[in-house]
Amino acid sequence: MVWINALVQGVLLGGLYALFAAGLSLMFGVMRFVNIAHGDFIVVAAYLMLTFVVTWGLNPIIGVALVVILLGIAGYANQRFVLNRVLGKDILPPILVTFGMSIIIQNALLEVFSADSQKLQTGWLDTSSISFGHNVAIGVLPLMMFIAAVAAIGLLQLVFYRTSLGRLLRATSDDPEIVPLMGGNNAHIFAIATMLASLVVAVAGIFLAMKTNFDPTAGPARLLFAFEAVIIGGLGNIWGTLLGGIILGVAQTIGAQIDAGYQILAGHLAFLIVLIVRPTGLFPKMKG
Amino acid sequence: MTRLLETQALEAFYGDFQALFGIDFTVDEGETVAIIGSNGAGKSTFLRALTGLRPTKGQSIEFAGQSIAGMAADRIHKLGLAMVPEGRRLFPSLTVEENLLIGASGHRAGPWTLKQVYEIFPDLVSKRRNPGTALSGGQQQMVAIGRALMSNPRLLLCDEISLGLAPKVIKDIYQAVPRIRENGTSILVVEQDVGQALAVADRIYCFMEGRVSLTGTPQSVTRAQIARAYFGMGEDA
Repeated sequence: MVWINALVQGVLLGGLYALFAAGLSLMFGVMRFVNIAHGDFIVVAAYLMLTFVVTWGLNPIIGVALVVILLGIAGYANQRFVLNRVLGKDILPPILVTFGMSIIIQNALLEVFSADSQKLQTGWLDTSSISFGHNVAIGVLPLMMFIAAVAAIGLLQLVFYRTSLGRLLRATSDDPEIVPLMGGNNAHIFAIATMLASLVVAVAGIFLAMKTNFDPTAGPARLLFAFEAVIIGGLGNIWGTLLGGIILGVAQTIGAQIDAGYQILAGHLAFLIVLIVRPTGLFPKMKG
Repeated sequence: MTRLLETQALEAFYGDFQALFGIDFTVDEGETVAIIGSNGAGKSTFLRALTGLRPTKGQSIEFAGQSIAGMAADRIHKLGLAMVPEGRRLFPSLTVEENLLIGASGHRAGPWTLKQVYEIFPDLVSKRRNPGTALSGGQQQMVAIGRALMSNPRLLLCDEISLGLAPKVIKDIYQAVPRIRENGTSILVVEQDVGQALAVADRIYCFMEGRVSLTGTPQSVTRAQIARAYFGMGEDA
């Protein structure tokens, strides 16, 4: 039973990793953009949530709405006015610029919030769970994270395959040079893509704040998990990213079941195995 | 007839290499104009300049009564200038119908709808849910033309639409031209196939080494003149 429990917990943890990864996958899918500061934006969202709910005492629902709206606006503006300037055939400038952003964000957070690790106390949510017989119990919070991940990815899928905006995003992913000949404005389309990614980042950050202790340097580790989930699932495939997150989560909880020290290592090993066996990931290309 | 497009002394450069030398060019409302010329004559560069894919800041290009020099490609498109790019350039992850709908992104009003496009290219109806790139070359070209028409353009630019296609297929594609003209749309075709260009156009321009080497109506130019303008052979060669 302990193994089944580990499996179930791993799947649920995979939901959080998929939330970490979905924005990264989306930005790469639409504009071949690798955002090294992705994890740091997740941590920013976590600190914003903490500030709104704990420091300012706002209603958590309003807090969530504010974080999501702020991240969305910031994502659009950041892409439109900063990141678009380095977007081009060469993949290196975006990596360098977002690497710089990562350092700036971490230091700014350190300045404002200190190096102390913090956590958003959720009261009853922290401890409540649904029991499924001996040794198997599902925590309400992990379950919420998993449902949120599936919902977020499902919504992105709807936007991409059922709306004219999504059609334009997919067309841009295929061939950005000629999209302006169809009346599309690349700068705006790229900014919309980053905005969508940032909405998911906001949700991921809120769950990060609720689930674990975090500090200003927590970003790069989230980026690493996000990268692994994206690459296991296959670049540019958003459902693959969910599966990648789940594989990573299950590997970690199984590893932790063997020995508490093996949790992170087991995740990395699973990633390494996929990279060796199927370098393009399990589900490489998004299908129409 | 009213003037739709006019360039004066248009130039284009690739670094130090000059690709266009002072092109004076006009298209009137409702007119079909063909540009012929060999590889490297500057035909595609000229189209890329018109559509805004190449920078034209400070030059003289008027379209529909306003200067479009230096304007972004998506804004030029919204004024009613659509292009069928060389090599078709369909979006591989979109279905045929989605490719067509992308053309309507600018929301210009006009006669062209999915229904109209399927009427002139009935072959596409049964393929509408297929990926655009799973079609034959001729059918892909039909999608590319339909995609451009979906924006309800005032001027349709066609870059080498017969390239690499069988004569029968080229005929199928060109049968759409009268239907497009019926709606008052002006057409500018770039063709290496001189016979096809002469058959379809009201006026032709021949480009050679970045200059206009000949212009006239298909009736007024002789084969010898075209050969000279096209290949640069003639009295002084």
